[in-house]
Amino acid sequence: MSPVETIARRRLNVTLPAREGAVRRPTTTGAGRAVRPARDRRDVVVELRGVSKLYGAGDTGLERATFAVRRQEMVFLVGPTGSGKSTIMRLLIKELDPSEGVVRVAGHDLSEIARKKIPYYRRNVGVVFQDFKLLPNRTVYENVAYALQVTGASRKQIRTTLPDILHLTGLSTKLHNYPHQLSGGEQQRVAVARAFASHPPLLLADEPTGNLDPETSIGIMQLLYRINRAGTTVIVATHDREMVDRMRRRVIELRRGRIVRDEATGLYAREENTNELGDRLRAETATVNAARGILGPKR
Amino acid sequence: MKPGFFLKESLRSMRRNAVPSVAAFASVLVTTLVLGVFIPVVQATNGAADDVRGRVLVDVDLNTTATPAEVARVHAELVRAPHVKSVRFVSKQTGYEQERKLNPQAFALIGYNPLPDIFRVTPSNPGDSALVKAELDQSSPRGTRLVTDPAIAAVQNSQAETNQILSATRTIKLTMALLAALLIFASVLLISNTIRLSLFSRRREVEVMKLVGATDWFIRWPFVLEGLFLGALGGGAAIGLLALAKVTLVDPLANTVKLISQPDMIAFPLLIAILMGCAVAVSAAGSGLSLRRFLRV
Repeated sequence: MSPVETIARRRLNVTLPAREGAVRRPTTTGAGRAVRPARDRRDVVVELRGVSKLYGAGDTGLERATFAVRRQEMVFLVGPTGSGKSTIMRLLIKELDPSEGVVRVAGHDLSEIARKKIPYYRRNVGVVFQDFKLLPNRTVYENVAYALQVTGASRKQIRTTLPDILHLTGLSTKLHNYPHQLSGGEQQRVAVARAFASHPPLLLADEPTGNLDPETSIGIMQLLYRINRAGTTVIVATHDREMVDRMRRRVIELRRGRIVRDEATGLYAREENTNELGDRLRAETATVNAARGILGPKR
Repeated sequence: MKPGFFLKESLRSMRRNAVPSVAAFASVLVTTLVLGVFIPVVQATNGAADDVRGRVLVDVDLNTTATPAEVARVHAELVRAPHVKSVRFVSKQTGYEQERKLNPQAFALIGYNPLPDIFRVTPSNPGDSALVKAELDQSSPRGTRLVTDPAIAAVQNSQAETNQILSATRTIKLTMALLAALLIFASVLLISNTIRLSLFSRRREVEVMKLVGATDWFIRWPFVLEGLFLGALGGGAAIGLLALAKVTLVDPLANTVKLISQPDMIAFPLLIAILMGCAVAVSAAGSGLSLRRFLRV
């Protein structure tokens, strides 16, 4: 286990303590399918119960969504644009409030968090966006350090923590570059590093590979996988179904704001290390591409 | 709170956003400069207007036969009367000498002193001169005069001239007040617009900071400090220019031009303090407040 993983595991037990009895065991999804019951109620990190989100003008962002994510799980939210993936992400960082239903993270009902306390809550949730959302006037090091600075970490603490994270994300040689000097994949690595800098127990990634080519996407997925294996619960929203299929993790499929599928893929149980995952993803991508070359483009 | 960190952050952001920073600096400089010139001008104009208004007098002419006892009685009555600020006695003799100096030939021709004893009454408010006149010298419905004291021969307040003075000075004062209000309004608009633009170009940055878990004040402090610095720099530069103008242009002229040496004009150090305070406060508060809109993430 790498030093980063050790820190992450250690921190997991101290941050975001679950409130006793606050979480009820989820039994069904919005579509009425059975979901794997949580082994222990304290095990549930994210829970949505009957959550709807209506935007103005009668647009439905999400309709009676119910699901739970256990600790250390890696879950993919898939579906076309406008299906409600981003709505879920924005609900989870309390950028939006649900019109109906309850969103709980680590047992805390998010609607009970006062506006003033939102920043403190967000420090426990790492977020990665499709458009990276880096601070343009700061170097790679400063971007990642900012996530620690907001928590009031001292310069010494930052100096001891950051090298590990930058090493983990493969950014050690780019410390002093500004975002515009980096490739898309590198920028997304910085975003992941920043999201993971304070070792949050929950990491959300909204279309993290949306702007990246397949090879770079594999790199980012490997990175998220590694973070997940280090003990962080990871939720990834994406419309890249092939990538999701190859990752062989739990998939929640959304369509027009409704959950239409929530299942773990057959090979879910098999543990791989990060390199094995990367090799397999590359091999399968190559196979698919080769097949496409023979059969012509899909559809 | 970590002042060192915020200080460094604000310095960095000024360096990295040079164009908006220079724009903010320049707008503070220009508005402070304009205000710094305009405040003394308004003051001088108002002072001059008040000076003119202060010359509105009511003359109370006594009978030429008035005895010293009657003079004393009328003086007491005038001092007691409402709307009277001060009373000055010009005796027959003094008046004669003054007038003779102005027009020696005419008085030589007359050969004797035709002037009565006069009280020059300054009304407590220039607009009250008519009231003072009415108080001392009322007309009956039939047009006969009802003088309050038999020793008073006539009360003159030179109605036409007084009205002219009053309306002219009122117009000047109103125009100045209007100009001052407009100028202050324009300054506030200019500064707030500059701040808004510079913040707008950085709204994404603020959004990202919020999403990473920064508290409102953690984001706001560097902006407030930045506003403080730019306000101080702009205000300081403007005051430097004003001081230069004062030393090189105004001070040498002060002896020859009446307006500039108005006694009730604002003192330079006070003017500096007010301008500096306004420049710093407006830009710091402006930065902090304008940010609020972008903090709702």
